[in-house]
Amino acid sequence: MLSIQNLEARIDNKNILNGLNLNINPGEVHAIMGPNGSGKSTLANVLSGKNGYETKGLIKFNETDLNDLSTEERAQKGIFLAFQYPLEIPGVNTNIFLRTSLNAVRKAKGEKEIDTLTFLKLIKEKASELGIDEKFLSRQLNVGFSGGEKKKNEILQMKLLQPKLSILDETDSGLDIDALRIVADGVNSYKNKDNAFLIITHYQRLLDYIKPDFIHVLSNGKIAKTGGAELGIELEKTGYANIS
Amino acid sequence: MKTEDLKNTQEYKYGFTTDVENIRAPKGLSEETIKFISKIKKEPKWMLDWRLKAYNRLKVLKEPNWQKPKYPKINYQDLYYYSAPKSASEKPKSLDEIDPKILETYKKLGIPLVEQQRLNGIAVDAVFDSVSVATTFKEELTKKGIIFCSISEAIQKHPELVKKYLGSVIPLSDHYFATLNSAVFTDGSFVYIPPSTRCPMELSTYFRINASETGQFERTLIIADKGSYVSYLEGCTAPMRDENQLHAANVELVALDDAEIKYSTVQNWYPGDKNGVGGIYNFVTKRGACRGKNSKISWTQVETGSAITWKYPSCILQGDNSVGEFYSIAITNNFQKADTGTKMIHLGKNTKSKIISKGISAGNADNMYRGLVDIKNKASNSRNYTQCDSLLMGNKCGAHTVPYIKNNNATSTIEHEATTTKINEDQLYYCNQRGLDQEEAVSLIVNGFCKEVLQQLPMEFAVEAQKLVSISLEGSVG
Repeated sequence: MLSIQNLEARIDNKNILNGLNLNINPGEVHAIMGPNGSGKSTLANVLSGKNGYETKGLIKFNETDLNDLSTEERAQKGIFLAFQYPLEIPGVNTNIFLRTSLNAVRKAKGEKEIDTLTFLKLIKEKASELGIDEKFLSRQLNVGFSGGEKKKNEILQMKLLQPKLSILDETDSGLDIDALRIVADGVNSYKNKDNAFLIITHYQRLLDYIKPDFIHVLSNGKIAKTGGAELGIELEKTGYANIS
Repeated sequence: MKTEDLKNTQEYKYGFTTDVENIRAPKGLSEETIKFISKIKKEPKWMLDWRLKAYNRLKVLKEPNWQKPKYPKINYQDLYYYSAPKSASEKPKSLDEIDPKILETYKKLGIPLVEQQRLNGIAVDAVFDSVSVATTFKEELTKKGIIFCSISEAIQKHPELVKKYLGSVIPLSDHYFATLNSAVFTDGSFVYIPPSTRCPMELSTYFRINASETGQFERTLIIADKGSYVSYLEGCTAPMRDENQLHAANVELVALDDAEIKYSTVQNWYPGDKNGVGGIYNFVTKRGACRGKNSKISWTQVETGSAITWKYPSCILQGDNSVGEFYSIAITNNFQKADTGTKMIHLGKNTKSKIISKGISAGNADNMYRGLVDIKNKASNSRNYTQCDSLLMGNKCGAHTVPYIKNNNATSTIEHEATTTKINEDQLYYCNQRGLDQEEAVSLIVNGFCKEVLQQLPMEFAVEAQKLVSISLEGSVG
């Protein structure tokens, strides 16, 4: 599904990624761990097409070269990024944002736009799966939301848009145990043989709930080590000091 | 049609002209022109005298020049002050008699006038250049004693009301453009709501400039008698031309005891092209008097068009406990300029005013909020709240906020809040990541920014206004 070969990325004349290789197949869950400043968030930004990076190397997503696509085209093709810091958009009702987003993705796929009533039914259903109060959907997007509410809202959007590749950028940071479980349940319930996850995290605790197939340790803009789920537990004990 | 023309047409879809035969006043500003206008409108002598008085006053007035947007000197002798389709010079008695070309024009503008297609629950007065060509739902309104007609018709049929109120809010000698309007005004709407009557539908006027080298001098007068309510909306468009055309309107509102007037404007005059060539000079005087106790006047404006917008819809809060509100969205793109805001003059006790202004500037445009809050010494326990927010897109545009605040009563309070922000790249990225393209993202964010104002508009128009906000900013972030 995703094939990254020798990816380099620079921002403000600083090299962040230095020849990163990664392959993700449908049905797989990959976790990226690594110390601060190792390039984890940059990888998420570059994959989603954020402006400002100079990149080199190949990123293929289902046979399409992602370098040719804009941010929105990547999103429409099924790349979803759950933001570490979801943005507040004052004056924009959450429901309207979600519907506009869903329709943009549907339109790009050549599907018909969803009408308001069908949408409201759908979103209520998805929200209740995540234990999100309906009232929350008529509030302004992320404005005055708690950290946990913002993260749940990201997972809600993921479940609504049904992406092929979901990138979770430190979705677990700032979550209490209950919220963490809800987020993890959201991911687990969406996971199937056709979609994949790239989970960026600092801590093992999220991986206690979402079992990864692979854990990669990022160091100096490269994958320094790859292992199975047990690698996370090992890292919890030893830290990153021995990996370079 | 060249590609460039085609592109422009998409950006300003009301830029077409209607080919009709016109009757015009002699070119230039003179007593002769004024007499021509008065005669063709079959006005009584008192009206002509009033106009001439204004004209004499105008001779000693100077054009104001304190505004921020500067413009080349207007040659007032090079304008036509009256231009009307020949077919409308004798006002058609029924819709069947209106020139089909004009009906087609309004249909294209989304304002169908013929009975079968009329907008539900909205009565429309259609003003084409210098004349009102049709007013819908007249009979229904008459049954309730409501008068909704062109000002020309009101001068003939309701002289007592016109004499009493015309010029009572904007005096004859107020300032240059207002006085010019008093001398040469051509058409506009007249509304009278009788005591204790709630107007059962939205009233609206649609102004269309069609002829070239013509100024439009609209005059509107709305009177809400004791305990009445009316919601009124005006819309405006004009063809695309290289010349700048002048629109100098006067709008007067009078609210008596316990009456309320809600006045909404969706202004979409031709803004000029991408390089700032052409477009309307929208120099307008709008003023409302809350003359009675507990009266309320609320202005809502969505200003997206015109090369220069220069206006301050104001409220004179005379009656005790009266309320004035001003909600504004002013969008300037390319080389458009706006100097707009409001004046809230507190005279009565316990008067309240609220100002919410949203200015959006893109391209090379310049956007100025200028507003006066003046609490006089007898206006005890009065309050004002002002919030001015500016949004900048790109780095060649400007936003300015100039509040004038005077408080002469120690028991009264004034609050002023202002913010200036640049459109946030991260917000755009977030929207893009959810599949929205750049234009959809801008539209969503800007509509969110304007929400407090948009939600003041009558429902039927709020959706249109939202679309207009988006269209006005197309191509501004790229």
